[in-house]
Amino acid sequence: MTWGQEAARSWRPQPNDDTIMMPPVVVPPVETPPSLADLANGYGLIPAGTRPSLRAYTRQLWRYRHFIFSYANARLAASFNTARLGRLWQVLTPLTNAAVYYLIFGVVLDTRDGVPNFIAYLCTGLFVFTFTQHVVLSGVQAISGQLGLVRAVQFPRAALPIALTLTHLQTLVASIAVLAGIVVLTGDPVTIDWLYLIPALLLQAVFNTGLALTVARLGARLTDLRQLMPYVMRTWMYGSGVFYSVAVFAEHLPPVAATLVRANPMLVYIELARDALLVSPPLASSPMQLWVLAVGWAALACFGGYVFFWRGEPEYGRG
Amino acid sequence: MGEPRTGQTYTRVPSVVVDDLHVVYRVLGPVASSPVAALKRIVTGRRSGAIREVHAIRGVSFAAYEGDAIGLIGSNGSGKSTLLRAIAGLLPASRGTVYTKRQPSLLGVNAVLLNDLSGDRNVVLGCLAMGMSRSEVRAKAGEIVEFSGINEQGDFSSLPMRTYSSGMAARLRFAIAAAKSHDVLLIDEALATGDAQFRRRSEERVQELREGAGTVFLVSHQLSTIQASCERTIWLEAGLIRMDGPTDEVIAAYEEFAKEPVKKPSARGGPPAAPPGTPAVAPQTRGKHRAAPADA
Repeated sequence: MTWGQEAARSWRPQPNDDTIMMPPVVVPPVETPPSLADLANGYGLIPAGTRPSLRAYTRQLWRYRHFIFSYANARLAASFNTARLGRLWQVLTPLTNAAVYYLIFGVVLDTRDGVPNFIAYLCTGLFVFTFTQHVVLSGVQAISGQLGLVRAVQFPRAALPIALTLTHLQTLVASIAVLAGIVVLTGDPVTIDWLYLIPALLLQAVFNTGLALTVARLGARLTDLRQLMPYVMRTWMYGSGVFYSVAVFAEHLPPVAATLVRANPMLVYIELARDALLVSPPLASSPMQLWVLAVGWAALACFGGYVFFWRGEPEYGRG
Repeated sequence: MGEPRTGQTYTRVPSVVVDDLHVVYRVLGPVASSPVAALKRIVTGRRSGAIREVHAIRGVSFAAYEGDAIGLIGSNGSGKSTLLRAIAGLLPASRGTVYTKRQPSLLGVNAVLLNDLSGDRNVVLGCLAMGMSRSEVRAKAGEIVEFSGINEQGDFSSLPMRTYSSGMAARLRFAIAAAKSHDVLLIDEALATGDAQFRRRSEERVQELREGAGTVFLVSHQLSTIQASCERTIWLEAGLIRMDGPTDEVIAAYEEFAKEPVKKPSARGGPPAAPPGTPAVAPQTRGKHRAAPADA
């Protein structure tokens, strides 16, 4: 008889000893062998796969911050690994993008839309939107595409979508450098207002983190979402005034819809970036309204997405 | 090998308790063979087995103690790997509970790191993912690469993992997971890969981990590996425990069951098998586990 077994036997009778006079109220359910559950409880073992509290989860996540950073960097390095030019593509990709859109909108269609510096206007919208687009498209697969890792090691799963946002934030920094070049080359001056770009993009990054967390949980269960998401993002892009000023179609919409279009978070972040970089671009709302909306959307998406993701924590890795 | 266990006889503390565990996989089954067939299936509302349920574990109960090394054997598809995943908390139980003190970690040959990254970077990432601090990682990284032996054939640790042979990758994964002292270490066939030298080294490491009061579960079809490192063995068949007891007894019965006798494990060299019937512990362990479901 080992000590553990003895403990296991003695554990069950203990509560009954004091209440020996009482009718047998404490009847363990028939289907579970009580000795095992009580043995586990007696030694303070806890059921596996239980969700930690939101606070405990956040603490865990904080302990994994180094993992999040190195995972984000590793993903970035890995994505250019098989290309000869390596991380040069971080700059080349936005440049190529800008060139294509310049060709179509600047040369072929010669779109102006009443915007003084249309190319810079277009590229700002495009690069800012691309940040969110990439985060969402890869966020859908943040869990479902990393099942190997998820099934191999236990760590707070929110690390994956958060790391992914950081990866794309680094890509964004490279494209912003390209963007700054385009803005200056197309004749806009460098002003102190450019600094507004930093809080604007940081707010967008927070917003994107929330989105990534949300779609990561959705994508973990609904694997078909991966096929659907590109179309959702494309629709969103057309509704966010990337290629034209929203004023063009907002005036044809009923007032309710027009308000919704103006509150569109992507439009808000794009307009903030344009306001920072360009001299008096046409805006759909006043800068003050834009900032309020930007903070609101970021807080809502980040908190909502985090709680939503946390609630699904025990499910991830099921496949 | 035998001595520490007698010392532990009176201080056995359970580390993993599995209580009437059921695991059901929901498999997104064979998808329709063509777009037309898929459409037809949606229109007619027939499920055509698109989502199938596989009842992989059908009521398993046992308790494992600190310092135990437990072998899991059984035919293919008997639920060994599923049981490990459920213990690791990576597969939710459909019924029943797995109780653990700390998070068990699963080490399997299926564990994928980032294949586009170098071995060195994967070591760092893997260690951080296991919850090590940065300074710990720095201290251990060299040791891990050395233990895995991937640099014996040249400077492989700076090459992307996709260039590794499957044996090398498995060795590196084992080395990473074995770098940390786990409370509960679950090993899925990892020792079956690698050459004789690496196998001996990993057996030694498993032994060390055990002495660090951890519990080791080892899934392997290599009965010799199990005999070398485990004194208790659980034999699973069709998602149920067929037998649970001292390794030698269980393996003898398993070989009987498998009809075509497996290559006699005692004929091989290497570390001696765990002595059979070591004082008191193992037989009683078995007795208890047999008794537990019965008194329900």
